Amino acid sequence: MRILLIILRKEFLQIFRNKIMIPIIFVMPFVQTLVLVYAATFELQNTNITIVDLDHSQMSRKLGSKFDASPFFDVEFEQCDYDNIDKMLLTESTKAVLIIPHDFENDMRMGIKTQLQLNINAIDGQTAGLISIYVNQTILSLLKELKPFMNKTDLSVMPASIHAKPQFWYNATLNFKHYMLPGILTILISMIGIFLTSLNLVREKEMGTIEQINVTPIKKWQFLSGKLIPFWLIGLFDLALGLFIGVVLFDLPIEGSIFSLFVFSGLYLFTAIGLGLLISDFADTQQQTMFTIFFFFLIFMLMGGIFTSVESMPIWAQYVNKINPLYYFIKIIRAILLKGSGIQDMMNEFFALLAYGIIAMSVAVWQYRKTS
Amino acid sequence: MNNSIEIYNLKKSFNTVKALDNLMLTVEQGGFYGLIGPDGAGKTTLMRIITALLLPDSGSIMVGGLNPVKDYKELRLKLGYMPGRFSLYQDLTVEENLSFFAKVFDTSIEENYHLIAPVYSQIEPFKNRRAGKLSGGMKQKLALSCALIHKPEILILDEPTTGVDAVSRRDFWEMLSQIRENGITILVSTPYMEEAVLCDKISLMFDGKIINSGTPTEITSKFKEKIFILKTLHLREILKIARQMPELKSVNSFGQNLHLVVRDNLVEITEIESFIKKSCDYDFKIEPYQAGIEDCFIDYLESVENV
Repeated sequence: MRILLIILRKEFLQIFRNKIMIPIIFVMPFVQTLVLVYAATFELQNTNITIVDLDHSQMSRKLGSKFDASPFFDVEFEQCDYDNIDKMLLTESTKAVLIIPHDFENDMRMGIKTQLQLNINAIDGQTAGLISIYVNQTILSLLKELKPFMNKTDLSVMPASIHAKPQFWYNATLNFKHYMLPGILTILISMIGIFLTSLNLVREKEMGTIEQINVTPIKKWQFLSGKLIPFWLIGLFDLALGLFIGVVLFDLPIEGSIFSLFVFSGLYLFTAIGLGLLISDFADTQQQTMFTIFFFFLIFMLMGGIFTSVESMPIWAQYVNKINPLYYFIKIIRAILLKGSGIQDMMNEFFALLAYGIIAMSVAVWQYRKTS
Repeated sequence: MNNSIEIYNLKKSFNTVKALDNLMLTVEQGGFYGLIGPDGAGKTTLMRIITALLLPDSGSIMVGGLNPVKDYKELRLKLGYMPGRFSLYQDLTVEENLSFFAKVFDTSIEENYHLIAPVYSQIEPFKNRRAGKLSGGMKQKLALSCALIHKPEILILDEPTTGVDAVSRRDFWEMLSQIRENGITILVSTPYMEEAVLCDKISLMFDGKIINSGTPTEITSKFKEKIFILKTLHLREILKIARQMPELKSVNSFGQNLHLVVRDNLVEITEIESFIKKSCDYDFKIEPYQAGIEDCFIDYLESVENV
C-alpha cells in the first residue's frame, strides 16, 4: 500500500507536468462538447435550394415565399434552362433545384394533376432524404392554405388520409444535442481510458525507465495499479466536467440517478483501461500504440451507435457490437440521461460490461511483462 | 561467503544467437571487477541475468548468496543496478527521482546521504532541474546516486561511461573507488580498455565467453611477444609497408601510433627500421613498449581469426 501511494504520487506528478496531458484533461471536454455537438448534427439548416419558376403566377410566387420563409432553406430564384440546372448541381452552388412548371397555377385551379420537379444532389444520401422530406412538407403546407379557395373537384388532389400524430418520448422536442451529447461524452471517456492509459504504459517501455523500476522491490500489481488508477479517476472527473458543460450550456436533462451513471461509467472505464493495457502489452513504441488504438477505436465508435442507429445495421454488425464495449456504454448513458433508467433496468448491459472488463483486465494483466 | 558473484557454465541464447556460452565468473566480496569487451560481447546480457531481469537457459548462478532465478525478491534489496541506457524519469527533477527510488526501497535521501555524498554532492546544486535537462555526465551521476540510495551490497554498472566526455569519465571512476571504500562490491562493464587498469580484477569478454581473467598486470604479463611502438606523421603509408614484413605478427594503429608485434621474437628494432626504410623515406621512430590490455585483446582476436 505504501509503495502504491509512492507510485501514484509519482504518476500524478508526471501527468500534471506533461505539457499535453493538462490540455487533454481540462480542454478536451470543452472542445468536444462545444464543437462536436454542433458539428455532428443531422438537422437541416440554411440549405441552398434554387427555385426555377417557369409559371410566374401568384401561386408559384406564394410557393417561393414559403420556401424563403423557412429556416431550413436559403432560396435563390433563377431563370434558366435544364443545362444550367445540371451545372449548378455539379458545381455545388446549390443542393437542390425545384422547378415550378408552366401552368402550375392554372392546373391547380382547374383541378388537373400537376407535377413539380425536384433535383437533389444525393451524394450525401441522408441529407438528400431530409431535403426531399422538408421540400414536400413545405409544399403540403401551401396546399393546406389553398384548400378553401379550391373548388370541389380539387379535393381529389388531397385524398382523405389517416393522420398519425407522433408523440416523441424521452426527447420530446427532438433536440438533437441531447441525443449527441451523451455520445460525445462516451468518446471523451474512451479516449482517456484507452489512449492515455496505453500511451502512459508504453512510454515507460520506450524511455527505458521500466528497466530501473524492475530492479526495485515494486511488484507487478503495485506498478500496474499505480499506472491505471490515475486514468480511472481522470476519466470520471472528465465525465463530471462534460456533464456539467452539458447541463449548463445545452440544458442536458439528467433523468436518471447520477449515482447509476457513475457506477456504469466506472465500470466502463475499467473495461476501457483493461483494453488500453492489453494493447500496450503488445506495443513497444507510442507510435505503434497510437495506430493500433486508432484502428480499433474507429470501429468501436462508428459501430457503437453514436451517430447511427445500431438497430438499422446489418445483423452481423449487430453481433459484432456484442464485443464492442462502447456500444453498451452509449446505450447505458443515453438511457440514464434521457430515459431515467436505473441499474436494475440495464442488468444485461451491466453484466456484459462487467464480464468484458474482467476478461480484458485479466488477460491484459496476465500478458503484461515488465520487460522492455 | 567470500564471493559476491559466482557463475558456472552460464548459457543464454536469443533464438539462434548464443549471447552467453558456458560463461564462468567469480567476483570476490568487496571487489572492484571490470568486464571488458566490445559491443555485442554479451556484457549487458550477463548483467541482466545477474540482476534477475533475464532468465538464463542453463548454468548455475549465485549473487550475494542468492539465486537470481528463485530469490529475485530478496536480491532486489541487495543489488544496485545502473543500466547502460539512462533509465530515470526525464520529466521528474533530480531530487524527485532520487527520492522516488529511496522511498520505493523504504529509505530516504537523508538516511543514506553519506553513501551517495561523493556523487550526489556534485549534482545537488541542480536538484530542482528536470533529469532530462541534465548533461550526459550529470545524468550518469544521478543514475549512480539512484542505484546507490538503498545501500546495496553489490553494485552493477553497465557501461556507465559510454557516451560521456573524457573528464567526466575520469571523475566517474574516481567516484567509484570512493564508493568501494564502503565495502560495496562493484561489477562494471566498459568497452574502453584504458579504463580496465583502474579495476582490481578484470575479465576480457568476447562472443559470449570470457577469454582472459585476472588482475590487469596478470593479463598484460601473459603477453609473451615483443611489442614496439612506432611514432610517425605518415601512419597509413607506414602501416601498409610494415604489414608486408613477414616477421611481424601484427601491425595495428592505436590512436596516432602503430603497435608492432614481433612473431616469436624474430626481429629487433633495427631490422624493422631498415625494412621500412627500404620502401619509403618518411620520418618515424620505433621504441620498445609494454603491452596493454588492448594489445592482449587484439592478439586474442587475431589468433581466433587465424584458426
